[in-house]
Amino acid sequence: MSLANPDSSPAGPNPARVNLTRFNPMGAPLWLALFAVTWVFSSYGREFSRAIDARWLMKYPAGWRLPFKRDISDAMKWLVEDATFGLFTFKEFTRGIAWLIELPYDFVRAAVIDGFTIGVGSEASQIAPSLSWIAIIAVVVAIGRVAKDWRLAALVGGCFLYLAVFGQWDSAMVTLASVLISVPIGVAGGLLLGIGAYRWPTFDRVLRPILDLMQTVPVFAYLVPILFLFGFGPVSALVATIIYAMPPMVRVTTLALRGVPTEIREFGSMVGCTRRQMMWKILVPSAAPSLMVGVNQVIMLSLNMVIIASMIGAGGLGFEVLSSLRRLDIGAGLEAGIAIVVMAIALDRLSQAFAVRPTPTHDEIESLQQAGLIKRHPWGTTVLAVALVTGLVGLMLPAVQSYPASLTLTTGPFWADLVAFINVNFFDQFEAAKTFMLTWLLLPVKRFLLGIPWPWGIAIVALAGWKFGGWRLGLLAGGLALFIAANGLWDKAMVTLYLCGVSVLIASLIGIPLGVLSAENERANRIVSAVIDTLQTLPSFVYLIPVVMLFRVGDFSAMIAVVLYALAPAVRYAAHGIRGIEPQLIEAGIVSGCTRWQLLRKIKLPLALPEILLGLNQTIMLALSMLVITALVGTRDLGQEVYIALTKADSGRGIIAGLSVAAIAIILDRILAASARNARARLGLAE
Amino acid sequence: MDKPVKLACRSVWKLYGPNAEDFLGVKNVMTQKSHSERHLELTGEQIRAAGLIGAVRAANVEIREGEIFVIMGLSGSGKSTLVRCLSRLIEPTAGEVLFEGRDLLSMPERELIEVRRRKMGMVFQQFALLPHLTVLQNVAFPLEVQGAGRAEREARAREVIELVGLKGRESYFPRELSGGQQQRVGIARSLAVEPDLWFLDEPFSALDPLIRREMQDEFLRLQSMLHKTIVFITHDFDEAIRLADRIAIMQDGEIIQTATPEELVLHPATDYVAEFTRHIPRAKILTARSVMAPSVMTATKDRGGPAPGTYAGDVQASDRIEAIAERIEAADAPFRVLEEGEVVGSIDRQAVIDVLVGRGLVGRDPVRRDPVERDPVEPDPLGREGAG
Repeated sequence: MSLANPDSSPAGPNPARVNLTRFNPMGAPLWLALFAVTWVFSSYGREFSRAIDARWLMKYPAGWRLPFKRDISDAMKWLVEDATFGLFTFKEFTRGIAWLIELPYDFVRAAVIDGFTIGVGSEASQIAPSLSWIAIIAVVVAIGRVAKDWRLAALVGGCFLYLAVFGQWDSAMVTLASVLISVPIGVAGGLLLGIGAYRWPTFDRVLRPILDLMQTVPVFAYLVPILFLFGFGPVSALVATIIYAMPPMVRVTTLALRGVPTEIREFGSMVGCTRRQMMWKILVPSAAPSLMVGVNQVIMLSLNMVIIASMIGAGGLGFEVLSSLRRLDIGAGLEAGIAIVVMAIALDRLSQAFAVRPTPTHDEIESLQQAGLIKRHPWGTTVLAVALVTGLVGLMLPAVQSYPASLTLTTGPFWADLVAFINVNFFDQFEAAKTFMLTWLLLPVKRFLLGIPWPWGIAIVALAGWKFGGWRLGLLAGGLALFIAANGLWDKAMVTLYLCGVSVLIASLIGIPLGVLSAENERANRIVSAVIDTLQTLPSFVYLIPVVMLFRVGDFSAMIAVVLYALAPAVRYAAHGIRGIEPQLIEAGIVSGCTRWQLLRKIKLPLALPEILLGLNQTIMLALSMLVITALVGTRDLGQEVYIALTKADSGRGIIAGLSVAAIAIILDRILAASARNARARLGLAE
Repeated sequence: MDKPVKLACRSVWKLYGPNAEDFLGVKNVMTQKSHSERHLELTGEQIRAAGLIGAVRAANVEIREGEIFVIMGLSGSGKSTLVRCLSRLIEPTAGEVLFEGRDLLSMPERELIEVRRRKMGMVFQQFALLPHLTVLQNVAFPLEVQGAGRAEREARAREVIELVGLKGRESYFPRELSGGQQQRVGIARSLAVEPDLWFLDEPFSALDPLIRREMQDEFLRLQSMLHKTIVFITHDFDEAIRLADRIAIMQDGEIIQTATPEELVLHPATDYVAEFTRHIPRAKILTARSVMAPSVMTATKDRGGPAPGTYAGDVQASDRIEAIAERIEAADAPFRVLEEGEVVGSIDRQAVIDVLVGRGLVGRDPVRRDPVERDPVEPDPLGREGAG
């Protein structure tokens, strides 16, 4: 390759040039050959296996299956029915946990929506009303003002007002109550586990693979055993939510603690801190700003999961969406979906504002200290006053207590009409696009993957692992692939792989250019970031709604939802990779006389490759987690397997299918991470 | 004659890499030699061949009470590692560290915490202030850790804050202060517990040159009041000679020379040390003692001016040339050099000018005219540190 024309850089190595000359995926001929062989196998494998009477080549024989499913189901049954810790049984133990969680949950629910009552059933009499809708809006407005400014206060106030005006208040408050309970538990639990992992390396080594697994096992998969242990209802949903939202907090905590400057830690040692003092007086306070990032994640993941957990009885907005989807009530579904979006935006902006809130200066603190109690807490007192006044007035004027039903607006019919209009007038276009994609991309890929004999598939996976990451990775990849086959899930896994592969391909084709564009152009960057930020805020469930409405159920709808959901990392990492290139290297390219296109193709893209690969990795992970949810729109993959297990409360089946998805995720993750490492090493970039 | 040793380390090693301890241990068995001898035989090549990094190699240091002991070296020379071994922030691979005669390395954690709480203070390069605490709370923090009551610790904190000239800023947060002010807080904080031993790890390196100089003056002012035993780390040779009573120069993990600034200039142990001293203004370091002629010269006839046999005045043997240059230069006759009231030699204009213009320096004897022993410093007591 020639970066330079001869007269512009006569002598000396050009820094940009040194590392780029060998940019080539290693061993391309090998992979081409392998692909060709696989193609032949895939096309003629079936006939071949029939010809030599070896059906087992194509279909994993039922007799060879491992009895994991049954064993797990039996184990769960034993846990619930017979297991005992001596003093109490396992069932009493889970009931204890349920009671511990239910207690604060009931209280919060009473506070925001139900009102406080004494007695049960028809005997129940209300002793105090819940907070009025005006009071709750006052609370969020005050939080917005304290966290940042009046603009944020107006935004979140507007969001909550929307919920009231459009008749989503009650479901929204149920959802909010779940979030309010699971967030503190998730944050505290994550913090403690993270501290444990920071302090005891052994604990870290044990915890790390569990966290990895929890992040890759699809959410539905652990709904199943939880459902089995805790039964249908809000408690199950809360347990699932907490388990789901905690891992990032654990990671953020260990990272944040490790990120505390060495000198601060040394200072702690030098003044003679005990271990406890070191942790709580030095490390945790110093790491507080980074910890807030984790809190934001816990909040958003909790919301996401509370919506999904409506399938096991969380109620609230998620349930609204789910039931309207089941009724095919397009208007109501969209309305509830928008309410989720609104709520997600409000919570996200609030918690982010808290995370970056500038701490007050000494002046502000001093002037506060001199002021009286009311002045010191202006927002607290205002909110308290509003709550009391509206509570009292509400006893006489119901409209103050709860937003009057007669004043609610509904956009349901409007959305229904709109969707109907689109479907009537653009049906042919949508259908054409759908058919085109199905015929030319989705179905051929599906046929190809499903045609591969499973022993060959395992061999290929192991070979790829070995080639990129050494024999250890090869063994791991091959073993995991064998695990999937041995549980009789090979075909479903191939469907998952095909949907995931096609979605990731499309997401990359859209996302990477967008990322490059936003790295190059500031205005494009602003627009793209705004869109991506919003997309990332939305709970995964929400993506299904418009897709189903426009394209109905099927693989194509699933693919679109997955692409939308998994787009963000492809864009982000590509942009980040290109922005992160050493400016000198680009300048070196410019002075060598590169055109803009050459600059991009010969310098920027190769150097950003490791980051792009990492983005691809993230895209795949998100795609897999979304895929399982798209089982709701009728895919026939591992997600469907989990979903069936969920409806049948079959723990073994759900867990095995979940683990299979995790196995795919781990194989892809490790191979991509290894190749990103190789790319970095090839480019001479530090780890 | 010398003050008691406050902190000492004997053949301290810090090797990074797998099985570093075994490596030193194995050598021991094989050579069957005494502790320090054995280790000295390890060359850099052997250590590297074993896949290890020798951050500190066979370091011997003795720091006496009340002195400012500077450890100077370029980045990567192991000075920060050494000071962390001395304070046991890092566990050395081998060797011993004696603090007031007690072995710091075998001390149980509880005792170590107690020693650090009461007897040690440390100032850090990046200040290491706690971002969520005010100046007052930061300075009072070491006392808080000890369990002192709020009123008591805040009173003490206010005292030291005033001492470092930050009175009125007690309620500021670190981020509201300039770099120099932040380091003043760091200094105040390390002094709050009245430590006997004061570690300063490149305390002024993160500051810009003007502030750095101001802080050095401030540091000398504090030390003239407090008389702490100080271990001061720096990569800046100018700073080292400005502050130090004695300097240990490190290179590649080894201490290659420990000496007073003056000795370093006069007798650099290696070319590496000589390279540092080459550009240092002599007048700031050399004393009258090392420049004087041991015989008592008097004014000579051929120069005219004052009568023969007279001298222009007296200077002390410990006076720096910089301080007395102007007087000697202005006078026609030589000056007598006194030490404890006795005349030990004399110094004339020519000698001072030679120092000022840097004539006949490094590598050569700075006092040219003198065939006999005239230097109170012994010929080569400096040698390579740890050779014995």
